[in-house]
Amino acid sequence: MPELYPDATGIAQSVRNREVTAKAVVAAALARIAEYNPMLNCFTTVLADQAIQDAEAIDQAIATGHDPGPLAGVPFGVKDLFDIAGVTTLAGSKINAARSPAPQDATLIQRLKQAGAILVGAQLMDEYAYGFVTENSHYGPCHNPHDLARMTGGSSGGSAASVAAGLVPLSLGSDTNGSIRVPAALCGIFGLKPTFGRLSRARTYPFVASLDHLGPFTRSVRDSALAFDLLQGPDPADPACTQRPPQPCLPELTKGIEGLRIAIADDYFATNAAPEVLTAVEQIGQALGTTKRVTIPEAKRARAAAFIITASEGSNLHLEDLRRSPQDFDTATRDRFLAGALIPTTWYLQAQRFRAWYRDRVREIFQHVDIILAPTVPCPAPAIGQTILTLDGVETLLRPNLGLFTQPLSFIGLPIMNVPIQRPGELPIGVQIIAAPYQEALALRVAAYLESQHLVAAPVPTLT
Amino acid sequence: MEHEAIDYRAYIDQAATVVGLPLPADYHQGVVENFERIAAIAQLILEFPLDEAIEIAPVFEP
Repeated sequence: MPELYPDATGIAQSVRNREVTAKAVVAAALARIAEYNPMLNCFTTVLADQAIQDAEAIDQAIATGHDPGPLAGVPFGVKDLFDIAGVTTLAGSKINAARSPAPQDATLIQRLKQAGAILVGAQLMDEYAYGFVTENSHYGPCHNPHDLARMTGGSSGGSAASVAAGLVPLSLGSDTNGSIRVPAALCGIFGLKPTFGRLSRARTYPFVASLDHLGPFTRSVRDSALAFDLLQGPDPADPACTQRPPQPCLPELTKGIEGLRIAIADDYFATNAAPEVLTAVEQIGQALGTTKRVTIPEAKRARAAAFIITASEGSNLHLEDLRRSPQDFDTATRDRFLAGALIPTTWYLQAQRFRAWYRDRVREIFQHVDIILAPTVPCPAPAIGQTILTLDGVETLLRPNLGLFTQPLSFIGLPIMNVPIQRPGELPIGVQIIAAPYQEALALRVAAYLESQHLVAAPVPTLT
Repeated sequence: MEHEAIDYRAYIDQAATVVGLPLPADYHQGVVENFERIAAIAQLILEFPLDEAIEIAPVFEP
């Protein structure tokens, strides 16, 4: 009996082997989106007609003996800050709805399409990616497939929820301070934030140019590796994109964890979290045979610096709209954007210089360690609308603190995989597998090993 | 801490004028609260000594 929710690799194999047509796969995905999107609110645009046409073209290619690509017939979605030719890029905003449709697909969409994947739609996010919750005041909250009363996390909440719910096996999101890893953890799926500069950001709506990354959400490690491999490659249209040639990760997955030096982050990363979160990190450490600890120095200041850079660059990007129509911004972030526009330059520059100092310290750590483990989120998915988070007995604001453990790491562009820990009868939580820059393959190898031991997985929950 | 003693309202109003950013009265209190939060966070960076040799790279290599 075929698996109910095959991963992207499984779908492509079935399509390539002519066990199923791409059109049937895409039609089934569209039907599931039509049925469940009203309860999840994860898609903002569904491209049904175009997707069916594209699927027919894949089937035609197969019928005429052409190679349809390694992702043949795989439906995928993108956070609605990716340009889709003919569609207006909203970036979760009301303001951008007045803009013209994008003339061309984002580079990463083009690369997935070239591999045979079928774009089915755009997905909900926090406005302009400024948030960790995906509770959008214009378009409503996104709902967690594991418990519809809970939040997905954000800002790529729609992309995470659609994969977690089995609507699509693959989606693309963005991560500036944790926006791939936080929703991946709260929705119980794999989320890969690659090294800063590793994947092209061309023709995606930016948030913070110094910190923006793009990456895939999946339900299997092999899908993360396959998608990442297909997305790699230089792109002159993104000035931050690396000139390094692609380094395929998929062939590395079977190498296991033999010889890898693995440590658990202590200090900052071992406080301010729910007990079950810290237990999960310990369990993953145990499964990987390590009790070794490592201290990432000044992580709290790193988070502070990321916060200052984010507020400064984000506000500068939107300055004209903040002048003209502040009333059209999401009420959750409007005042933060306005305040960010007034940050003295010296604060911003000090934060950027601190980034260089901190990067050098973490580089030193990676001389002695290959992989660092840390929690992804301080707690399982909070209720939609919840504003206060209690950590170690102290009440704090929930919205910024969901990114407590992600923000100090994306700050210096480290590649990180969120692995999902499923707990029967309870909500999933996540652990970050952190590697040195350009060592995505090592993080993916560790994730693949954990998956092979059935310690991490992303089964589709029953949606009721 | 020193920054807590600062009344940021005058700075916010002046800086908004210099930047050319109108601050509607309804949002003013929210902007002040957000700026105070930002200032407290910035303090963590400002109090940390950095050698003058540490500069911002024109291209950030992780």
